[in-house]
Amino acid sequence: MRAVVKPAQYLALFAYIVFLGFPLLWLISASVKSSGELNSLTVNLIPRSFRWENFTDALDRQGLVRSAANSIVVALISTGLVVLIALPAAYALARFRGLFRTVGTGWILVSQVFPVILIILPLFLILRTIGLTDSLVGLTLVHTTYTLPFALWMLQGYVAAIPNELEEAGAMDGAGRLRVLRDIVFPLLMPGIVATAMFAFVSSWNEFFFALVLLQSPDNYTLPITLKMFVGGEGKVALGPLAAGSVLAAIPSIVFFSIMQKKLTGGLLTGAVKG
Amino acid sequence: MTASGRTTRAPGRTSPVGSGSTPSNPGRRIGGIGRAKRREAIGLVVPSLLPVLMLSVAPLLVGVLLAFTDARLVRRPEYQLVGVDNFTRLLDNGFFWESFRIGMVWAVSVTGLQLLAGMGLALLLHSELRFQGLTRVLALIPWAMPPVVVAIMWRMIYSPNAGPLNAALGAVGLPDDINWLADFSTALPAVVLVGVWVGMPQTTVTLLAGLQQIPGELHEAASVDGANAVRRFTAVTLPSLRPIITSITSLNFIWNFNSFSLVYVLTEGGPGGKTMLPMLFTYLEAFKNRNLGYAAAMGVVLVVVVVLLLSAYLWSQFRAEKER
Repeated sequence: MRAVVKPAQYLALFAYIVFLGFPLLWLISASVKSSGELNSLTVNLIPRSFRWENFTDALDRQGLVRSAANSIVVALISTGLVVLIALPAAYALARFRGLFRTVGTGWILVSQVFPVILIILPLFLILRTIGLTDSLVGLTLVHTTYTLPFALWMLQGYVAAIPNELEEAGAMDGAGRLRVLRDIVFPLLMPGIVATAMFAFVSSWNEFFFALVLLQSPDNYTLPITLKMFVGGEGKVALGPLAAGSVLAAIPSIVFFSIMQKKLTGGLLTGAVKG
Repeated sequence: MTASGRTTRAPGRTSPVGSGSTPSNPGRRIGGIGRAKRREAIGLVVPSLLPVLMLSVAPLLVGVLLAFTDARLVRRPEYQLVGVDNFTRLLDNGFFWESFRIGMVWAVSVTGLQLLAGMGLALLLHSELRFQGLTRVLALIPWAMPPVVVAIMWRMIYSPNAGPLNAALGAVGLPDDINWLADFSTALPAVVLVGVWVGMPQTTVTLLAGLQQIPGELHEAASVDGANAVRRFTAVTLPSLRPIITSITSLNFIWNFNSFSLVYVLTEGGPGGKTMLPMLFTYLEAFKNRNLGYAAAMGVVLVVVVVLLLSAYLWSQFRAEKER
């Protein structure tokens, strides 16, 4: 029995590895292939010759640098705003009970499942009235609001993990509220703030739908929109640079998820059981 | 206000650290009396409530109002209330209901396959095998990548001439000239597969975490009683995972029903509307046909249906739980 089960398990595991990993390998391989090889009918995973030019081409010609810069600016500013806004609110959410906490958590949960389409229609009208459609300022505002609920939830978890006794001890020693926050809570919260900030950055960096609706001029495009427009002109698409641009666009998110792997797994469990 | 455009799904649905449990009634412990306390809490929260009110609650209310107007997306919008006109028109709109049907097929199949495949992988990762580290990292990557990049990558895989999928099929003697994303019969299954690829990791990781929480003694006791592997799975593992399965299935269903970006970049709803998910249809109605009011009505119908379906599912689970 055992002699059959083990090989079968490994076979299944191998199938999963191929299913999960092959598309990624293919993308990376395409990013260093010549256009001749990409369009030839013989298909191979290991490129015949490695061409790093796809990366420089992508960066040179495709407006990718400008849109990557836009993405970075929008993601950095909305991350800053998210952290600034969420920090005090997360503290309040974690430390004060009652109706306020119920409403706060309720809103956070609803925001995770609500279809954005119903919000983007009026939001578009509102932003247009104040002249913020097709503007990175408008997009930054939208990204901030859309990342906020979950960032708040993440951060309040980190606050709750700091034992209240530490704060009490500080108060006992005669430190005022602000001193306690600055000298005790804040340093302990730093890893949580970093994790939340990374989450906010990646959310904004990956975000597609709002940018698609709000941005009209190519100068304002974020990276995902430029990549999508690039695909649009099928037929004469330069596949190599497109793959190279895609690889570059995926790097920040993959780095984030690799660092956060353990934390994310732990959170999922409590989330699934309690949620 | 996130789901359909959500690109990085919120990773851990709730707190990523611990369960956020604090000693009971901690608020009262640190100095101050009730009222001062409350004022402090309000002061801390208002800065986050204001933008949220402006950018998500207000638009939501306006969005529902829009559904009762004839608003159009034009430079000088003038619109008036038209009562339930939009909704009665929707009843006759075959294309909308077709997209609704496609959305259901998509959401049910992606959610179902996601659960089956995710359970399989979670069980494998839970047993003692090699390559676990590699598999775990691989399982996280689809989840992390920007949806646009995922879509571009799969377009290359599905590419009719130079794509590896057709090449692999040809190598084993199967038909190798299928234009997966452009063929009427293969387009929807092809995008479903990508949906599963993207969604499976999160389900796997969640189930794996659940498996690790089941006390080993339960399985041992079952073995001693002579239960085989299948019996142990149905009698011990599944019931223990039930709460997790319920919550990930309902959340995944909503997320999948609301998805937009992935399929939009893969097919833009084509060929011939065969992959026109409801969110794509609503988006096109609003921003291509410029019928804002009508699109808002579609949005309202979709929200109501999702909420009803979800409540029905949760209710049935609740009943089943009580009967046990």
